[in-house]
Amino acid sequence: MGFFLEVLIGGLMTGMLYSLVALGFVLIFKASGVFNFAQGAMVLFAALAMARFSEWIPGWLGVENLMVANILAFIIAAFLMFVVAWLIERLVLRHLVNQEGATLLMATLGIAYFIDGLGQTVFGSDIYKIDVGMPKEPVMVLQGVFEGGLLINKEDFIAALVAALLVAALALFFQKTATGRALRAVADDHQAAQSIGIPLNRIWVIVWCVAGIVALVAGIIWGSKLGVQFSLVTVALRALPVVILGGLTSVPGAIIGGLIIGVGEKVSEVYLGPLVGGGIEIWFAYMLALVFLLFRPQGLFGEKIIDRV
Amino acid sequence: MIYRENGQFKTSYAADQQIFPILQDRWAILGILAFAFIAVPLLADEYLFRAILIPFLILSLAALGVNLLVGYCGQITLGAGAFMAVGAYAAYNFFVRVDDMPLLAALLLGGATSAAVGVVFGVPSLRVRGLYLAVATLAAQFFWDWAFLRIKWFTNDSSSGSVSVSNLSVFGWDLKSPTDVYLFCLAVLVVFALLAKNMTRGAIGRQWMAIRDMDVAAEVIGIRPMYAKLSAFAVSSFFLGVAGGLWGFVHLGAWEPAAFSLDRSFQLLFMVIIGGLGSIMGSFFGAAFIVILPIFLNQMLPWLGDLVGVSISTAGVSHAEIMIFGALIVFFLIVEPHGIARLWSTAKEKLRLWPFPH
Amino acid sequence: MNMRKYALAASLAAIGLSFTLTAPVHAQAKGKQAQEQFFPVLVYRTGAYAPNGAPWANGFVDYIKLVNATGGINGVKATFEECETGYATDRSVECYERLKNKGGGATAFQSLSTGATFALTEKAPVDKIPLITAGYGRSESANGAVFTWNFPLLGTYWVGADVLIQHIAKKEGGFDKLKGKKISLVYHDSPYGKEPIPLLQERAKMHGFDLSLLPVAHPGVEQKSTWLQIRQNRPDYVLLWGWGVMNSTALKEAQATGYPREKMYGIWWAGAEPDVKDVGEAAKGYNALAMQHGAEPDAKVVKDILAKLHAKNEGTGPKDEVGSVLYMRGLISAMLGVEGVKRAQERYGKGKTMTGEQVRWGLENLDLTQQKLDAMGFAGVMRPVQTSCLDHMGSSWVRVHTWNGSKWQFSSDWYQADEKVIRPMVMHASLKYAEEKKITPRTPEQCKQ
Repeated sequence: MGFFLEVLIGGLMTGMLYSLVALGFVLIFKASGVFNFAQGAMVLFAALAMARFSEWIPGWLGVENLMVANILAFIIAAFLMFVVAWLIERLVLRHLVNQEGATLLMATLGIAYFIDGLGQTVFGSDIYKIDVGMPKEPVMVLQGVFEGGLLINKEDFIAALVAALLVAALALFFQKTATGRALRAVADDHQAAQSIGIPLNRIWVIVWCVAGIVALVAGIIWGSKLGVQFSLVTVALRALPVVILGGLTSVPGAIIGGLIIGVGEKVSEVYLGPLVGGGIEIWFAYMLALVFLLFRPQGLFGEKIIDRV
Repeated sequence: MIYRENGQFKTSYAADQQIFPILQDRWAILGILAFAFIAVPLLADEYLFRAILIPFLILSLAALGVNLLVGYCGQITLGAGAFMAVGAYAAYNFFVRVDDMPLLAALLLGGATSAAVGVVFGVPSLRVRGLYLAVATLAAQFFWDWAFLRIKWFTNDSSSGSVSVSNLSVFGWDLKSPTDVYLFCLAVLVVFALLAKNMTRGAIGRQWMAIRDMDVAAEVIGIRPMYAKLSAFAVSSFFLGVAGGLWGFVHLGAWEPAAFSLDRSFQLLFMVIIGGLGSIMGSFFGAAFIVILPIFLNQMLPWLGDLVGVSISTAGVSHAEIMIFGALIVFFLIVEPHGIARLWSTAKEKLRLWPFPH
Repeated sequence: MNMRKYALAASLAAIGLSFTLTAPVHAQAKGKQAQEQFFPVLVYRTGAYAPNGAPWANGFVDYIKLVNATGGINGVKATFEECETGYATDRSVECYERLKNKGGGATAFQSLSTGATFALTEKAPVDKIPLITAGYGRSESANGAVFTWNFPLLGTYWVGADVLIQHIAKKEGGFDKLKGKKISLVYHDSPYGKEPIPLLQERAKMHGFDLSLLPVAHPGVEQKSTWLQIRQNRPDYVLLWGWGVMNSTALKEAQATGYPREKMYGIWWAGAEPDVKDVGEAAKGYNALAMQHGAEPDAKVVKDILAKLHAKNEGTGPKDEVGSVLYMRGLISAMLGVEGVKRAQERYGKGKTMTGEQVRWGLENLDLTQQKLDAMGFAGVMRPVQTSCLDHMGSSWVRVHTWNGSKWQFSSDWYQADEKVIRPMVMHASLKYAEEKKITPRTPEQCKQ
């Protein structure tokens, strides 16, 4: 029982991180109808920027304090992500309005290649470290209840907390601010939003910026966990089943979906994996999403698809 | 002036229905075929064959398969690599487990197996659509990647999971020299391209296109979506399976599932979108673009660097390569979202009036 | 709009041209002076495995530069060209085709990827170019009678797995103590990671320990469930068969699940600086195999490179990387290739360019005695290597080294793989391969030619 709980908690915490990446997908898809495959590349780029700047800044400015260096690096990285977002909107998306989904998908893959190359050219392709002071050693709780206690990974716990906070902040931003309302209006109907004077292009830039910040936070969390390296781009692949399970247009969907996939993945690998030789979690996540889709083709919380002839 | 069909009368249905109704096109195609079958083997060197032409031919075949599904039937797939893998491993199993199995039969059986698997993985398309389907097809990709690594039977119990074949021959023709391999691939490709072209012109192709344009409307006018969609998956997977078999058997010689990874699937989708959705010709353009461009950039950049007196590191070249590659893809999608095939047809329109446009 | 059209036309034209230009660019390097020996270098300095691929490539290239700085191979200049593969098999094949005829013909290929090795194994015999896979590749290719062109010099994965079990048995106080012990293999889910499994299973049968297999999907950044399983089973030892980012992730997950690093043993590809550098203190106590060498900052050859290349700014990579584990592996791989050429020159004429076939003979009759190695600056780095027609591996000297939080330190004596275990397996697997490929293994008489 204790072990099952551990797996469950591990799954939930991983799932929370998946949600964070999935959120990046959902935000952009909602506002501009683009399925942004470059999300993984953006995570890598943001993490690389963060890692490298926090390494360089002490040398440039003579600041010794790790905290200050990290904050400065975060600001610079965030600024860089804004620039990237603006450039993507300006140079690519603006010219691809009203294209088919597949074309847009491919365009973002092209962007992904470009950002991958750019990030590694500018920042290098070694393994880099993001040290934001995350605790690495595990803690044992409830030792009286279960034999051997319940192992909680503090780092994952904090990461999940940060992810949850960010999601809450974004939800507030969407619900309570004028920009947020404008964003929702655009998401509902481009033309209607435009006709009441919402500047479409600016909204897109904002969405990409927000997605950039989400990528940065995800990058920092994953980067401090795994080290910043090219393989971070594959994190996006783990978040894909989350997006379709939750629904491409639903923020709560991304969160619930993340938790379902996270738990499903870990439980299947630990309990079913040994029976078939292991390594099943990645396809199991997709299969799980597929099963949900068979019952709800638009995802758990996606907008209902209505066909008219 | 030259490219005009004035005066070419079609006096029978057969003449009206031929693949290339314009005389000049027929000559051009014959010329290209003659060039490919006769001139290229005389001119090309081994590097060109093994590193460029053979991969180009095989991936063109795969791109054709993807185009049938994505371009003609409108079902986006990100799992094309998986069906290539199924074809390659199935062909391998037929080849080594059955005594005296001819190569061609093994490849076709591999394709047939892949078609059957394609039908199974196509079932979700009856319910799930668009980008949801695209992501769902990744399930096939990751499942088969895993299956070929884990299930020993598929790899004939090889300890490492990597398989290899050799001593290939077709009807007593040994596929040893690069020229032989090239001609074999070319012949297969020509046959399959003809097949694809005719299929898209026939009833089944029209059904696919109806489904692509609007599946509900298609259903209303009496097209069975299940039959149409699943047949598209089957045919497309068949093409992919044969291409996968060729890729493993004659191009690599020995392979592991990573040879048909997700990157391959993306690459194939790129080919059909850059080349032109719903165009046979486009598949070739796309394959040429995606196969040759990276290799060309990789060799050209150091050379250009030398020219201006800068030596670029290997890593720098590779990074620049993927950056330029990515940028060019975006650029192409912006200027011509309908692919190179559209440019081709625009050029043809222009040619009709050339050199005296209004 | 017009601008766009021109740009489009220009880029299309460029792409069209590319087709015709690729061949000439490739052909340019042909037809150089005769007295050069060309070494193709397949590298990956980009992508998921770049942190590990780059130091290897730097060491390889630095050694070739060092050879030239000290008079070449008996006067023959060693040339090289890098080709980026990104650890992908199809790009490796393209690189192979691109480089095999350059500079008067490639001396030997070293692919640094098990997947690519499998593909090139089928191509090398046709082109008559030896394939050196120092410390990787197919384990059964040690049988030179069947795998005429493969040279898994210094060690194979079966050697690695065998030594690991020997070392663990020694720790436990004898092979009989292994009975009932639990050993988990955490491996990269690819041919590379699966190579050691047959041997470990064989050993498990012999000594009665319990082997559990835990695959990790490429590239190995998601290992939570793997380590949850380890936490559940509490194995006595964990063997780590990773590459690239998978290794550091495994160590971090071990820390996060509280598995003692002292009980973890890596293969020699999981025992280098990039694997532990960003884990630092937390990887303290982690052990890995050292195939002959470990990190060797004090070796004479390293000092030579620093003095003759890096002091003049002619070095390839960053200076502080020289002498690190993977750098040394690259360096030694290059050295083996060069020594193969030297040996061939002894038979076919000193100061001449050797063909692939001649180099193959040289590699097959390699005899690097301790004296020779010491003279070349490898004192304390390597033990003797002697190959023969039937034994393409040459030696199987392995040590264990341990990360002390800031550097790798040797923590065991020299081991050698147990021939009684490995030889029958090599023979069985290679003869099966020969049967499939319809190859007649060479007889001892044929070897003498």
